[in-house]
This record gives sequence, structure tokens and C-alpha cells, in this order.
Amino acid sequence: MATYDWLFSTLGLEQWCGASGGSAPTSLSDLAAQSRGETGEQAVDIWELPFPSMDALNDACPAFPQSRELTLGLEEGFLDIKDTLSVVLDPITQPLSWALDAALYGILNTPWWIVIPLLLAITWAVSRSWGLLAFVAACILGLAFIDHYDYAMQTLAIIFVCAFICVLFGVPIGIGMSRSDTMQNATIPILDMLQTLPPFVYLIPLIFLFSVTEPKLYGIAIILYAIVPVIRLTNLGIRMVDKNVIEAADAFGMTDRQKLFGVQIPLALPNIMAGVNQTIMMSLAMVVIASLVSAPGLGVLVLRGIRNLELGVGLVAGLGIVLLAVILDRVTKASLARINATHKA
Amino acid sequence: MRNDRDSKTTKIEIRHLYKIFGPHPEAMLEHVHAGMGKSELMETHQHVLGLSDINVDVKEGDITVMMGLSGSGKSTLIRHLNRLIDPTAGEVRVDGENILDYDERQLRHLRRNRMSMVFQNFALLPHRTVRENTALALTVRGESRADYEQEAARWLDRVGLGGSEEQYPHQLSGGMQQRVGLARALASNAPIMLMDEAFSALDPLIRTDMQDLLLELQEELSKTVVFISHDLDEALKLADHLVILKDGYVVQQDEPQRILLEPADDYIVDFISDINRARVLRVRSVMRAEGEARGGVTGEIGPEETLEEVISKSGGDTSCSFLVQQDGRKLGVLDMNDVMRALVPTGASEHGLRSRASA
Repeated sequence: MATYDWLFSTLGLEQWCGASGGSAPTSLSDLAAQSRGETGEQAVDIWELPFPSMDALNDACPAFPQSRELTLGLEEGFLDIKDTLSVVLDPITQPLSWALDAALYGILNTPWWIVIPLLLAITWAVSRSWGLLAFVAACILGLAFIDHYDYAMQTLAIIFVCAFICVLFGVPIGIGMSRSDTMQNATIPILDMLQTLPPFVYLIPLIFLFSVTEPKLYGIAIILYAIVPVIRLTNLGIRMVDKNVIEAADAFGMTDRQKLFGVQIPLALPNIMAGVNQTIMMSLAMVVIASLVSAPGLGVLVLRGIRNLELGVGLVAGLGIVLLAVILDRVTKASLARINATHKA
Repeated sequence: MRNDRDSKTTKIEIRHLYKIFGPHPEAMLEHVHAGMGKSELMETHQHVLGLSDINVDVKEGDITVMMGLSGSGKSTLIRHLNRLIDPTAGEVRVDGENILDYDERQLRHLRRNRMSMVFQNFALLPHRTVRENTALALTVRGESRADYEQEAARWLDRVGLGGSEEQYPHQLSGGMQQRVGLARALASNAPIMLMDEAFSALDPLIRTDMQDLLLELQEELSKTVVFISHDLDEALKLADHLVILKDGYVVQQDEPQRILLEPADDYIVDFISDINRARVLRVRSVMRAEGEARGGVTGEIGPEETLEEVISKSGGDTSCSFLVQQDGRKLGVLDMNDVMRALVPTGASEHGLRSRASA
């Protein structure tokens, strides 16, 4: 007999549970108790009273579902809708695969003596700082010298594509949130969830939905993880624009569109750029995890280091990721500082 | 002057304007109609009475100053004129049209073409150059750079900022920023200019400069100006018509000279008690239109001269008398005795705020 037999008997549900309440021993402890000659009829010790959880109730009444059935139900439910979901999601996300493939192909098939100067030119264009330029050059040339050039460029290509898409979607979502409190209240819990959910958890449903060989699988995982800061900071930046300036814009008869593009976005730009910086950093953090699902780049080397216990490979690749992070951070921060300089209130 | 006022066209009419802040403003309206005051409404219903039964005529070409202490509702009131705030009840008529009936497009047209505004905190766009800021109204209307460049330069020159077109607002001092604010409002070429405590954030000296600049520009442009201020000296200097607000209602509105000479209640008396009357009162408001000068006439003065100027002309001799003349026409006479009588300070009223504060 199980602890909560009385519950079902007082509710008159024995019929529903099935006549054989506890007669067929199902668990190992039941069997053990039986072999020891115990009948299970002894008085219930209050100290050992189990919480009336699904499993405990199942003991008393086999018709009651076990908790494993909950997760199983989720799994089956997901598998049932997966095909229809794929039909919808596949075409929508296909451009992401193309973009990632194209970026990876492009960066690997362009000679290094074009790619490296191009990257340096970008650095110069956004930062206008000789010191930073020298630092970036040293890092990239160093990585290339130790034959990590291809891996580093793959990682960089993935980050560029994902960060670009994050900005493409994140900024409009942030603008939407800043204009409607309802949308803000609805979006913030989702953002909180995306930010706190362990990154591996994203991968599980994605693996079911898409084939592991498709780049969009890791693309989506990176984007979901990294899009949060740019949304948050766009929202915050626009909400923090000086109310007096907005009032002046209204008083001079600006339309909503003129206000958005002429006042709010330019004044929120420092915050939006801080969000972009964070987004890039977070995509870089995700890129190693994404290597579990076939993302190329330095993450592959890190995983190889872990899998084969090749300490040197893992460490050097890890260090390479740190260097990339520092480069990306400094370059975006330098451009942020330049924007700030023209935005003093 | 007062007869003048009747002959001028009314540009803006404010009629029975109420503004109540809180979750259920309409429901509170009947309490206010029943005579409930600001503090009582706050206590019993947690609603803030912003404006209560405001009726003001703003005449074309006048500077109408609305003044009051902070919390008197003056900034709320001026924002009703271009509907940055919508009222709970009442009408605002501009050129005879009730702007509360305007749809979004008409309202935008009103703000773009018929009204401009100068703000206490300047509210310039920090990411745009002085030129682009000045041309804000023009760019909002869709004019291209080639069109607005000259216009902006002209107004910047007019407010004394020629040559700073390429600078950013943060590179300018507060006074210069407000000159840009003024140029921005003028460049819109709107007949009505709203000025919300436009000079309050400036140093006293720069403030005087700006007031002189405004008067000078007004001489030339004759805009309809609604000016908000908490500074009585400023209000008296600028106003053709002065509206004094307290706790959301109009205590007294009249020509400033008349308010000084005939304060309506203790509140006003308190307000005007430490004003330099000699600098504010003008000959026309204290002269005698009839009769002869008591002593011999020592000189001629104009009606718009202040008593301070008269005193300096008299050299301190209290037996002097002056002939008041305008365009060679005799308007009246002014004895120094009349001057002295007009200068007797009102003193703080016995039951007013000030005596309570000092008790």
C-alpha cells in the first residue's frame, strides 16, 4: 500500500485507478519490502511522509501519470508539430544559411592579402586611431602566423553575419518596445528568458527542427542568444532621449517619422552602439558552443582540445577567441567614443 | 494703451480652460465647478488641479506675459496653446478657430507654420549644428539645405551669432544656446511665438541682454508673443498685457502699470512689494491729463519715460513740474509730488504670504 491510498479512496476514485491499487509491486522498494515480508500496512511514519508529487500519487493509483510522462508528453508534442513547424520555419530561415555559407565561402576564398588589409581599413574607418590599428594588425598577423588564420576568419565571418542580423531585427524591435508599454511588458519576459536560458538548451529543439549540417542551426542559436542586448539598449536609449528635446520636436510639428529618424535614433545612437558591442561579445561567447552543432571556426579547435585532451590546441584556440573578443570590443568601443564626442548635450 | 488693447485684433482666445491631472479628470470637473480648490481636490480626490477657468485674450502684436510662482500652472497653460497638453475642458481659439477641433494634420500645420516656441532648457538638438538647429522649422517643412541656409544665417546674424553656424550646441554658452533657440523660433517665420521661461536659466546680465534683444526684435517684427516668466521685473519690462496666475487660476490680468497701481488682492500686493517702482512706472500712468503745472514748467518729457528717468531729469528737485508731450501734442502735466506719491511702496500686505512667512 502507498501513502496516498486514502486520498483516492475518500474521493471514490478507486474504480478509475483500477482495482489493483497496490497489489502489483512496481518499484524496487516495493519488491524489497515484499521480500522482507512486510505488507506495507504499518502506520505511516510522519517523518517519512513523501510530498504528494506525481510519482507518489502514481504509487497509490497507477492511473495517475508519472512525472516522466510530462517531459515525455512535451517531447511527443514537439515531435508531432515539428514537421509542420519545419515547413514554416525552413523557408523563412533559409536566407540565414545562405548568408552564413556565403560569408564563410567569401572570407576563405579571398586571398589573405586582401582580407587582412580590408579588416584593417574597416578598423581605421570606424576608430581613426593608429594605436588600435597597430594592435588589430598585430593580433590578426599573429593568429595567421600560427596557422589559425582560417579558423579565426570563419569565426569572424559567423559573428559578422549574426551580429548584422541581430541589429537588423533587434533595433526595430527595440524601437517598437520604446513606443508601446504593452509591447515592452510583453517582450521583457521573453528577453529575460533568452538571456538566462542555458545556451545548450536552445540547441535541443533546434536540432530537432533543422538538420545538423545546416549553418542556420547554429546561426539561429547565436542570434537568439546575442540579440537581447541590442533590443534592450535600443529601447532604453530611445526612452532616455531628453524629454525637452522631444517636446521641442513636437512643438515644431515634426511627424513621428521625422522625430524617430531625426531625433530619437541619432540621440539613442550611443546606447544602441553599446548594445551592438554587447551583442558582438555575446555572439562570440556562443560561437564555441555552436561548434557542437557544426559551426566552423576556433570553437572547433577548442572542442578538439577538450575531446582529445590536446591541451595546447585548446588553449591556443581559446586565446585566439580572447584576442578576437578584445579586437571587436576595442573597435566597437572606439567607434562608440567617436559617436559620443559629437553627442554631448 | 488700454484703449489700444480694445482696438487690437485678438490672436488667441482662451475660454474657460480647465486642466486636471489624474486618472479621472472628467469626473473631477464637477467638483471644480462646484468651487473646490487645488489643495482640497488633492486631499479628497488625489487629483491635481492644473488650470481652473482660464480666460485670456492674447492680442496681435502684443507681448502677453503670464507669470506666477512655480506650480501656478503657467507652463501648463502655454503648452495648451500648441496642444503639447490637451485640456480637460474649455476652448483655445487661434485666429477664431478652436484648435481643439483640429485633427493631427491641421495641428501639425499650426505648429509648423503659425506658432514657434522657445524653451527654458533651450532644447536644441545636440547632434545638429547651430545652422541645422536654427533651420529646424524649415527642414521640418521639407525645405532643402540650399533653401534654408540663407534664412538660417540671416536670423543667426540678427541674434548676434553670425559665424557660429558650423558649431554644435554644446560648444556654446547657455546664453548663446538660447540665442540659437530664439533664432530657431524666428526662422520659422510664424506669427505667434511662445516663450516658456525662455530667459529664466540665464545669468542676470545675459538675461537683460536677451530681454533687450527681444524688445528690439519685437519693435521690428511685431509678433504675437506669449511669454512665461516667474520673474516680476522681467514680466513688467516685457509685458503689454500681464496675466498673474496662482494655483491654476488667474488672479489679475491687466496692463502692468495698472496692476502696480491697483493691485487686485493681497497676493498681488505681496508680489509687487519689492519691485523698483521708479523703473517700472511710466509717466503716462501717473501724469494728470488736466490742469496746469503747479510750479513753473521745468521741462518736457514723453509719456513712455519711466519715473526713474524723470527723477534723473529733475536732478532730485521735488519742486519741479514737467510737461508731458508726444509728437508735439500736450498730453498732460506731471509734478514731482505726483511722482513721489506713485513711488510710495505698497509694502507687504498684512494677511499675505510674506507676513505669514516672517511671523
